[in-house]
Order: sequence, then C-alpha cells, then structure tokens
Amino acid sequence: MAGAPPTSFRGVPVAGVHAGRRERAWVRFLLVAFTLGFLGVFLILPLVLVFSQAFESGVLAYWTAVSDPETLHAIRLTLLAAGLSVAFNTVFGVSAAWALTKFDFPGKQILNTLIDLPLTVSPVISGLIFVLVFGLQGWFGAWLQAHNVQILFAWPGIVLATAFVTFPFVARELVPLMNELGRDEEEAAMVLGASGWQTFWKVTLPNVRWGLAYGVILCNARAMGEFGAVSVVSGHIRGQTNTLPLHVEILYDEYQSSAAFAAASLLTLLALVTLVLKHWSHLKQSRLLAEASRSLELE
Amino acid sequence: MPLKQGRNVLPGLGITLGITMTYLGLMVLIPFAALFLRTLDLGPGGFWAVVTAPRVMAAYRLSFGASFIAAAFDAVAGLVVAWVLVRYEFPARRLVDAIVDLPFALPTAVAGITLTTLFAPSGWIGRLAEPLGLRIAFTPLGVTLALVFIGLPFTIRTVQPVLEGLEQDVEEASACLGANRLQTLAWVVFPALVPAWLTGFAMAFARALGEYGSIAFISGNLPMKTEIVPLLIMTKLQEFDYPGATAIAAVMLVASFAILLAINGLQAWATRGQQGRA
Repeated sequence: MAGAPPTSFRGVPVAGVHAGRRERAWVRFLLVAFTLGFLGVFLILPLVLVFSQAFESGVLAYWTAVSDPETLHAIRLTLLAAGLSVAFNTVFGVSAAWALTKFDFPGKQILNTLIDLPLTVSPVISGLIFVLVFGLQGWFGAWLQAHNVQILFAWPGIVLATAFVTFPFVARELVPLMNELGRDEEEAAMVLGASGWQTFWKVTLPNVRWGLAYGVILCNARAMGEFGAVSVVSGHIRGQTNTLPLHVEILYDEYQSSAAFAAASLLTLLALVTLVLKHWSHLKQSRLLAEASRSLELE
Repeated sequence: MPLKQGRNVLPGLGITLGITMTYLGLMVLIPFAALFLRTLDLGPGGFWAVVTAPRVMAAYRLSFGASFIAAAFDAVAGLVVAWVLVRYEFPARRLVDAIVDLPFALPTAVAGITLTTLFAPSGWIGRLAEPLGLRIAFTPLGVTLALVFIGLPFTIRTVQPVLEGLEQDVEEASACLGANRLQTLAWVVFPALVPAWLTGFAMAFARALGEYGSIAFISGNLPMKTEIVPLLIMTKLQEFDYPGATAIAAVMLVASFAILLAINGLQAWATRGQQGRA
C-alpha cells in the first residue's frame, strides 16, 4: 500500500524540499474536502436516511413492520433464493476455475468471456429471457403447463433469475487467483500419489479459501438484493412470490414509507455486513498470497 | 510454463468442463438463444418499426445520454477519490475506503427509495435545491444522479490498484528534471492510469445502461421524458407485449456485448501496460 505521500525517500526528507514533488497544501485540502463532501452526500447521507426513516414512527412500529407475516415470508423466500443460487454458482465457479486454470484448451478465452456475460445484461432482460423460455408463450411453456409444473410466478423462477444474475461472481474471483497460484503445487501433489479429490481439498482449497469466501460473499449480497430480474419473473403475489426487495417496493408504492424503510434497513444491514466481510476476506487472501510467495522465495 | 495437454498430470478436465458447459448452456446460452430467435418472429420490418418508435427512441436517448454523463462524472470524481485514498492521509481514511463499495452491495431497490426520498422536493437535499428552481427527483437529472451513485465503485476500484502499484521514483525523476507538479501529474502519472481509467468508465457506463431498480423509483416513469430503456421493457412486459419487449431487449443486448468487448480490450491493454512497467 502506498498509503501516505512519502515524507522521505530512501532516508532523505523530500516533503517541502522541492515544490514539484507534491501538490500544494491547499490543493491537497481541496481534494480531500471534495472526496469527503462527495462521498458524504452520495454514500453516508443515504445510509443515515434509511435508518432515520425506518425508525421515524418509533421502535414499536419498526418491530411491527419487520415482524409482519408478509415481511417474514419475504425474508424466507429471499434466503431460499440466495441459498440455492449461491450453492449452484459456487459449484459452477469452482468447476469453471479448475477447468480454466489447470488446463489449456481451444476456446478458453471465449468461455471466459461468456461467463462474464450476465454481468453486462440489464436485470430486466435477465428476467425476460426466462419468461421467453418458461412462459406460456415460451419454448417449454405449453409442456410445463401440461405437466402442471410451475416455474414462472413461483419460487423456481425466482431462483433461476437470481442464479443467472449472480452467475459469474464466484468464478470471477477464483479464475485470476488460481491463475496467479499456478499449477505446480497440484502437480507435485499428484506426482506424490494424491488422488484428484485429495489434491483439490488439501492443496487447492486451502490456498484459495479466502478468495472463494470473497466470491461467495459478493454472490450472496447480490442474490439477496436482486430486484429487476426477480421482479419480472415473480408475478408479485403477496405472501407467496415476494422477496424482500420486492416487498420494499410494494410497501413504498402503498405509501407505507416507514414500513418500506424498515424492510429496507434489513437489506442495508446486509450490505454493511457484506462490506465488512468483503474487506476482511480480501485482507486474509492477500496475506495468504504473500505467505505463498515468501515460502517460494525461501525455497 | 503450462505443461502441454498430453503431459498434464492434473485430473478433472472432463467433469469440471462438463459441469461448466452444462450449467452455462442451461442458464445462459439457451435463454439468450430464445431471446434472439424470438426477435425473428417480428420480421425485419416489424422489428425495425418497434425499435425505432418515437417513445423507444426517447428512451434510448435518455438511457445512453444519462449513462454517459453519469459515467463521465464518475470517471472524473473516481480519479480524484482514488488519488486521495491512495496518496493522502486524513481522518477516517480506511472507513471511507471501505464504504466506497456501498453502491455495489446495497440492493438497488433500497438505493432507489433512499435516493428518491433524499432528492424529492421535501427531502433533505431536494429541499435545498427547490428554492433554486432545481427539481431533481422525477426528472432526467434525478435519473443521472442515481446512475452516478450506481457507477461510482467501478471508476474508483479500477484506478485505485494501479495507482497503488505506481513507483513514485518516476515522479521524483520528473520533478528533478524541472517539471512542476501539474506537468508531472499530466504527463507522467495520468498516462499510466489511462487504460484502467477507461475500463472503469466503460464498466460504469455498462452498469448504468442496464440499471433498473434504483431508477424505477426516482424517474417517475414518464414516457418520452424520464423513461429509460429497462423501464420501457418492463412496461411492455406488463402490457403482455412480449415481441416488443424482446425486440428492444435485443438492441440493448447488442449494445451490452459491444461494451463487454471494449472492456475486454481495455483490460488486455491495461495488463500489458502493467507488465511493461513491472
């Protein structure tokens, strides 16, 4: 980390010696003031607003809103959708990372780009494509209806849309990390007689565990907060297909502002916890990498 | 150096690639194929009529215009914030650094109702803007400000690591050779940041173009005035106009793919630049 500007360079003090080496004090002050002012208005103020609106009608009203059966149902559905999406995308992410970093094959770069695709697609379009596949006029719509399988406007559709939107997160963290770590340790383990599974569990996984955690945390945050895609496929059936973000929208549209912000405050807490965990796992993985490169140097 | 395919002792290519391709096919490729094939139902004439209708054109203008302005603003502000976070010491620097990712972690519906409440005429900021004759919520300005919020982490987080990795010796050298600080920043520091800076801009632009959740609340959703493309697609879906929604979605997807390719190109350029310096 390059943190603070250097006050000395290789033991020789530089600050103030040559005017050309640092910005003038008033420039520095202005830039810091801009940063604090800008982020204060755009990031801190919204955070304060969520909680002040949530508790506007008092703690009791907050508790009533949060413990409302429809809110609790929305929380359960959100947890289900996020849990399944994270599980699917973690299995996929680990598989994709192993295939992409341990082997060379034609079309690897295209595969890498395809994995990123869902990130650039509008959430509304992400929902729409599942309507086109599973909707009544969709490819499998008639067949599904004949066999009485409900995907759209029910929880499976919500899970699919959520999994699509959060599709790349685990893979995107693991691929660069496992590329950086290389294949030597795994190859050594195999040559020494370990099985493929042993190599993965005892060599690869310990090396990338915090990077994996980082990807899972991001995946989970986006899964729990997804709005646009889920909005398209859910059908907004109260107490049945409403996730927590959709519930926030309904309450807000019904002018139940403090109830909407009470539900929103739960999602905001999730975001804050995510930021802390993300920061922490990033730190841990950096230390892990630093240790790995140190032990390599010692050899 | 990677071993040649035949000599690779590592197992699992079959199963991991199998899982990857199956999941990718089911989740991404089939749904996308459905979208593009369904646009064919309209026929070329019908397709063109849908995607160039006046209301749709107005939505493109707002979506691309507001996203561009927001991403450009984020690019400039992000450069300043990244510089301040990397180079200066000030109170609560680490807290500020951690909070930068908030727009990424905060669910968009929450961002939507919060920014709307903040910028509405009775809100904490809207109240200050109202006497100046400035309306923010339910205008294109409000849409742009929400997109500034959404895109912010991208422009900061792409520039920040490059700035951290820059050797300050070159700045010393530049100063010793008689350049003033502004010249050093413009001709020595900035060129090294350009690839990452443009990548951040493109990412913020792409994200803004697709954004739905936060805009759904702050735009007020007035056709021809504050309706962005994702909102228009949503409206068409609610009217059961699936062919119309699909055609407009196909246009936006092509735009997204183009930006994704540009981002990939920029990242390759950025990586080459970093390797060149290392």
